[in-house]
Amino acid sequence: MDQIFVSIKHAILNLAQTFLPDWTIILLSILISVTAIAVFGPVTMMYLTLLERKLVGRIQNRYGPNRVGFWGLLQPLADGVKMLTKEDIVPANADKFAHFLAPVVIVIPALLIFAVIPFGRGMVAVDLSIGILFFLALSSTTTIWIFVAAWASRNKFSLLGGMRSIAQMISYEIPMVLSIVPVLLVVGSFSTVSIVEAQSGLNWFVFTPWGFVGFLLFFLTGVAEVNRTPFDLPEGESEIVAGFHTEYSGMKFALFYMAEFMNTFSISAIVATLYLGGWQGPFLPSWIWFFIKTYALIFVMMWFRGTLPRLRVDQLMGFAWKFLLPLALVNILVTGIWLEFKTPLNHVVTFAILAFCLTVLYLVNKPEIPKKRIYRYAYQD
Amino acid sequence: MFFGFGVLKGMTVTFKNFVLSYFSKERLTTVQYPEERLPEKERFRNFPFLIYDNKPEDLRCVSCDICAKECPPKCITIVRDSDEAGKPLKRPKVFDIDFSICMNCGICEEVCPFDAIFMDHEFELAEYGRFEDLNYHKDDLLKSNEYFAKIRPHDAAEVDARLAEKAKKEAAAKTVAPPAVPPQPPQPQQN
Amino acid sequence: MDYALKNSETLETQTLEVNLGPQHPSTHGVFQMNVILEGETIVRLKPVMGYLHRNHEKLAENMSYLGSMPFTDRLDYICSMTNNFAYATAVEKMANMEVPERAQYIRIIMAELTRLVNHTLLIGFLLNDLGAFFTPVLYAFREREKILDLFEAVAGSRMMCNYFRFGGLKVDVTGDFIPHVRQIINNYPKFLDEFEELLSENEILMARCQNVGIISKDLAINAGLSGPMLRATGVPYDVRKIDHYSIYDRFKFRVPIGEKGDVYDRYYIRILEMRESIKILDQAIKEIPEGEFISKTGAVAAKTPRNFKLPKGDAYSRIEAPKGELGFYLVSDGTTKPYRYHVRAPSFINLTVLEDMCLGYKVADAIINLGSIDIVLGEVDR
Repeated sequence: MDQIFVSIKHAILNLAQTFLPDWTIILLSILISVTAIAVFGPVTMMYLTLLERKLVGRIQNRYGPNRVGFWGLLQPLADGVKMLTKEDIVPANADKFAHFLAPVVIVIPALLIFAVIPFGRGMVAVDLSIGILFFLALSSTTTIWIFVAAWASRNKFSLLGGMRSIAQMISYEIPMVLSIVPVLLVVGSFSTVSIVEAQSGLNWFVFTPWGFVGFLLFFLTGVAEVNRTPFDLPEGESEIVAGFHTEYSGMKFALFYMAEFMNTFSISAIVATLYLGGWQGPFLPSWIWFFIKTYALIFVMMWFRGTLPRLRVDQLMGFAWKFLLPLALVNILVTGIWLEFKTPLNHVVTFAILAFCLTVLYLVNKPEIPKKRIYRYAYQD
Repeated sequence: MFFGFGVLKGMTVTFKNFVLSYFSKERLTTVQYPEERLPEKERFRNFPFLIYDNKPEDLRCVSCDICAKECPPKCITIVRDSDEAGKPLKRPKVFDIDFSICMNCGICEEVCPFDAIFMDHEFELAEYGRFEDLNYHKDDLLKSNEYFAKIRPHDAAEVDARLAEKAKKEAAAKTVAPPAVPPQPPQPQQN
Repeated sequence: MDYALKNSETLETQTLEVNLGPQHPSTHGVFQMNVILEGETIVRLKPVMGYLHRNHEKLAENMSYLGSMPFTDRLDYICSMTNNFAYATAVEKMANMEVPERAQYIRIIMAELTRLVNHTLLIGFLLNDLGAFFTPVLYAFREREKILDLFEAVAGSRMMCNYFRFGGLKVDVTGDFIPHVRQIINNYPKFLDEFEELLSENEILMARCQNVGIISKDLAINAGLSGPMLRATGVPYDVRKIDHYSIYDRFKFRVPIGEKGDVYDRYYIRILEMRESIKILDQAIKEIPEGEFISKTGAVAAKTPRNFKLPKGDAYSRIEAPKGELGFYLVSDGTTKPYRYHVRAPSFINLTVLEDMCLGYKVADAIINLGSIDIVLGEVDR
């Protein structure tokens, strides 16, 4: 049960080996992996949109979509058909080539990240020895294409959205990269497969003090990278209409939407891999554990979306530079100290240092934190 | 408390709503129209209708034109009927209400002195043609008194009681007063 | 602060003119703001209104006095009962009509329920403007529906009630009115507590709303603001307590006052005002007497509005609508149609300080400022 997908793939390859030459087997193996990801990615995205709508609907005391198909399961297909049949409007002043290129290219990094995610024991498409670096490089390229989309629309709202998105994504890249460093220090390799294997048994990294802080840091910066609430300024719906994708309609808008959801999935998957132990877990097959962890994080992201209002631009960047960045740097230091001491002393020492650092940061940022007020009344009765 | 506590409190509220929406009706207030409907309220006023007592020819409207004059957006058009000789009758020949103009205020029902026009409850009246289909003529507007009693029992009972009393008073006035007799010319003396 | 456009010594910057145009998800209607930005900071702001002008004041000159009562429903289309109330008191003041006791009590109950309806909608939509993706709106609407159902059971329509007449009300309330109101006000404090727990202590909300859009006391008084906007700056002015109109003197309630005049104060004062309204409703239901629901002259005026004349002269009467001070000014020349009919709309007057509030803040703050003034375009443009 654990290796069901791997054995299916080997069965197909063995079957093909009987009548095909050897060099085509390698090609076929690659093709099977690629097809699996190319099918899995968009289907996941479609059903993630349905899940989000139903979840946010339940939070808001209503059903989500439930008319199209039982429980709304055919709703993504209906949405897809709707997007395809819409008129494709390109503004007259827009830069046509860039306007066309931006949504097409933004999906590519989102899909490529799926190649290094370990879905289960032995179920990773490509076991790159620089897996995490690959992920970081690709997630940074998304920023450029958002800005190209904003610029090519020749629209002031889109321009505002694009500028904000660049500021936000650059500010949150740095704590994100720095919060991965502790894991690399402990494991000693960039490859995602070895990171998961270093968390065997139940010593997932999130149960250590530095791991817990690193998990929170990476999760929050990941949410900011994907442009989801409370950091969804670039597409801030109530202020600048739709931000950088105002001028896109039909299938191009669907591509932006698809890129956002695939990024959500891949960030959750990477957080699960790095800190929550990937596919490690007792009793159940490995890929089921992986999906449980990833979907739990996606649930938390959607829960954020249903509850929290949005931050303003300067507050957002203040949060990143004045709070998250110092914390990430101290976290690296603390991981180094943790490696030097022996258990259980290292837990105590690291916990103490982190608590001290958090207190200092809180006190430094205190004037900026708002306080609750007391009101008085006139005409007392 | 620590920074971020308010955010966490807010999130517990939403989580509570999410979980309770599977268990309590108060947290999932959707009414799945058209399979389920809310019960109709008696005083709900939508568009007007004309009322007749027994047969559609016995409509109560006498074409006095008061409702057309008082209607704020002026959506009622009335033309009085006349018989062959040209003498006007107490009946409307044309009674049009343009439902695309009517704003459901209910003033026509209030000012009618003959209890002839009341507000209906029908609201599923979608049509394709914007101008011709939504202009309702006299025959479309006529509905019976039994229908009125079915949708608005209290008001129908009150109106019926008032009309019955008026009819009784008129009948009583007719029997009590001596029949109007023209004065007799003085009889010539017999003797 | 000096907002003159200046060139710095090292960089030459350019300003950007953006049109937060009439079609926008968050401007509460068709309302346009021409904003000149430098970076993300607002340097100049010009509001443009008039997209919803429907000639209300001129239409009233061609209609009987009762005929423009349904049109007053549509001025501030969320709180139709208080608009009716203001118009009815204006006409009654000119005609010197008495209103029976029971009608007065029911009018106050309807006015306070309308205050609950309006403030509930506002706190939901303010949070929507902040980006909380409709969750607070739907929680607020869940409670609001109960009050609107009550309006439908009594007056015939949820929003365009057309319930008040000169000298009283159109019809008496139904038998289960009092228990229904009692049920509503029993559940309301629980909803307000949940709402406060959801969002009033939320750090993100406080960081977005505090110290944003500050108005000083002097500016507020000079600009003629009224309602919760004025009270948020610290001026204890409430028309219910100052004019003693209708029978508000018999009820004990307090008036919350803010201190700083920013968006957070305006939002929080509305929540406190809702709690005070619940107190008034509680007292009103206990004391409501039996009796008639309309005076004799009023009944005649409602049945034959074409004969209802007002004496020559003019009158201005005002009430504390949920949005501010709503006033009606009538000039009559002795006939059945008014000679001049003017509405003093609170949203329109409150909008005049929008530029002063927004200068020096960011675009996102302009949206929240507009949301906290609580405008309804039906009233602004009439």
